[in-house]
Amino acid sequence: MDPAPAQLPKSPTGIDGLDEITGGGLPTGRPTLVCGDAGCGKTLLAMEFLVRGATQFDEPGVFMAFEETTQELTRNVASLGFDLDDLVERRQLALDFVYIERSEIEETGEFDLEGLFVRLGYAIDTIGAKRVVLDTIESLFSGLPNPLILRAELRRLFRWLKDKGVTAIITGERGAGLLTRQGLEEYVSDCVILLDHRVENLISTRRLRVVKYRGSTHGTNEYPFLIDEHGLSVLPVTSLGLEHTASEERVSTGIPRLDAMLSGAGFYRGSSILVSGTAGTGKSSVAGHFAEAACRRGERVLYFAFEESPSQIQRNLRSVGIDLAPWVRQGLLEFKANRPTFTGLETHLATMHKTIHTFGPRIVILDPLNSFISATNEIEVKSMLMRLIDFLKLNQITGFFTSLTMGGSALDRTDAGISSLSDTWLLLFAVETGGERTRALSILKSRGMEHSNQNREFLITSHGVQLRDVYLGPGGVLTGSARLAREAEDTAERLARQQEIDLRRRELERQRALMDAQVAAIRAEFEAREAETLALIEREQGREAQLARERVEMAWSRKADAAPTVAEDPS
Amino acid sequence: MPTMKPPDSDATTDQAAAPPPSPPAFVLRLYVAGATPKSVRAIANLKRICKEHLQGNYSLEVIDLYQRPQLAKGEQIIAVPTLIKALPLPLHRMIGTLSDTERVLVGLDLQGKTK
Repeated sequence: MDPAPAQLPKSPTGIDGLDEITGGGLPTGRPTLVCGDAGCGKTLLAMEFLVRGATQFDEPGVFMAFEETTQELTRNVASLGFDLDDLVERRQLALDFVYIERSEIEETGEFDLEGLFVRLGYAIDTIGAKRVVLDTIESLFSGLPNPLILRAELRRLFRWLKDKGVTAIITGERGAGLLTRQGLEEYVSDCVILLDHRVENLISTRRLRVVKYRGSTHGTNEYPFLIDEHGLSVLPVTSLGLEHTASEERVSTGIPRLDAMLSGAGFYRGSSILVSGTAGTGKSSVAGHFAEAACRRGERVLYFAFEESPSQIQRNLRSVGIDLAPWVRQGLLEFKANRPTFTGLETHLATMHKTIHTFGPRIVILDPLNSFISATNEIEVKSMLMRLIDFLKLNQITGFFTSLTMGGSALDRTDAGISSLSDTWLLLFAVETGGERTRALSILKSRGMEHSNQNREFLITSHGVQLRDVYLGPGGVLTGSARLAREAEDTAERLARQQEIDLRRRELERQRALMDAQVAAIRAEFEAREAETLALIEREQGREAQLARERVEMAWSRKADAAPTVAEDPS
Repeated sequence: MPTMKPPDSDATTDQAAAPPPSPPAFVLRLYVAGATPKSVRAIANLKRICKEHLQGNYSLEVIDLYQRPQLAKGEQIIAVPTLIKALPLPLHRMIGTLSDTERVLVGLDLQGKTK
């Protein structure tokens, strides 16, 4: 719905959501018909249009009431925080109650409604009004005779309003088979908005639909709307489309091993996460971890609870070591608990939308999602969730939903087919082996990231959720005591292997020692022989030298005597 | 039908009993918007009726809303011409050109409703 350059000028209503549906507001300088049954909020919508026009867009307005006196009107909208007296005093608003009492009026001939024109024109001119509301002009038909004249005059009135260039809202009560009792839609054909107040399964929901908007595109669906202490708010959630940007940022799940399974970093910021599982598999505990981790990072978390009260949730999470109370006190975490049957789906959506808007969380938790289904049918739930998820994504809010899988149905089947709407889907399931129930977790899908395809055993301990490896035996996954037994077996085996290795190592040591000893013995023997031989050689050499010396001595002495002969003797 | 019956209904007797017949018994205001044919007809019709039925015992003010638009809100004027019978009470409004004399007389409490 991007405004084309040639589009007709629009006057913003300032009403939450309505401007988005109409692509900018009501047609400027033209009348718009707002119709619906009694009590559907026509007058409030019209009044808010004027009040916001005066306070936010500097466009004074005239409210011409045919059904309520100005005092009644002032009192009725005071509950929405509108101070009409103040606006009137500041000449931002003019109120005119048109009193017509049929019994006091006698028709005596041809007449016209010029009096109304003069009156309205005077009010418009005195405050320089840009906006006009006529609520409900059809009262003229019950108050004045001669419908033929009235019809002609109304036709003239709407043309006159256009000539005046005021943006007008005409309200009309819904008639049988017609949008309004007197077929006003015939005259006011530029923009028609239909309000509706329906009760289905004892639950009432207000809805708004733009029936017609000449010269402009508009959202064509029925949109739920709320009336609360801040006025009207319409939810154009279906009109969001798929235009949100995908974040690369990751947020931790609060469970380290789960982060590891999701390629080490956790969920994507702004993605939608579904945790489904049968009763008692720990969905809320996972939600609790996620909430706590977010609060630790200083992010705001909004927790919608549909089956437990906030204090019950906190007590239960405390028992697994997750204490949320400090975060609630700090205002980082807020609980909103409501029974699904308390209001209609649309109203739930509207309330959530509003709460999210005012609280501004980074993370929204819905626990559990499918409790809505008991209240109404699946298609509506799906469309509601789709709109909620789109809204969250557009605002880069991470959505965390738990979903209870009914016993007996397939584990990977979710109610209302919400799985296709979620980016990451964690499945929690119970494994029954060896006479006990244990829990397990696996990641069915996680768009845009590598993730572990292994099942993990899921333990809920007094200090939080822990994930452990599971054993895949011939009979399937092993968890609980079967896993413990298997672990013990493993340990024994490992021990035995270790012992064997030690044994071998010692044997080798021993052989090495033996070998070393033998080598040493041989060496010793060799050395002994070597020493002996050397000694012999030395001795021989010594004797040789001695002989040589003696011979010399003998020769020397023979010069005088016969010394050399003596020397020759012993050889 | 303009059958000129003498005023016989309770309205006349009531009215005769309630206020003392001092200054003008009938206070009338006629609101018109400009000098349109309708306005002209209404004024002419009213003058005729007053002359025939009120014997001068009335005061009449003709107000042009174009001149004094601020009066429309206070007097709760929607249709024009509107004739307001302010006195005697109860207040009555007659809209239109006052061509239907019988109805005007009913509005002035000079004649009971025929049906």
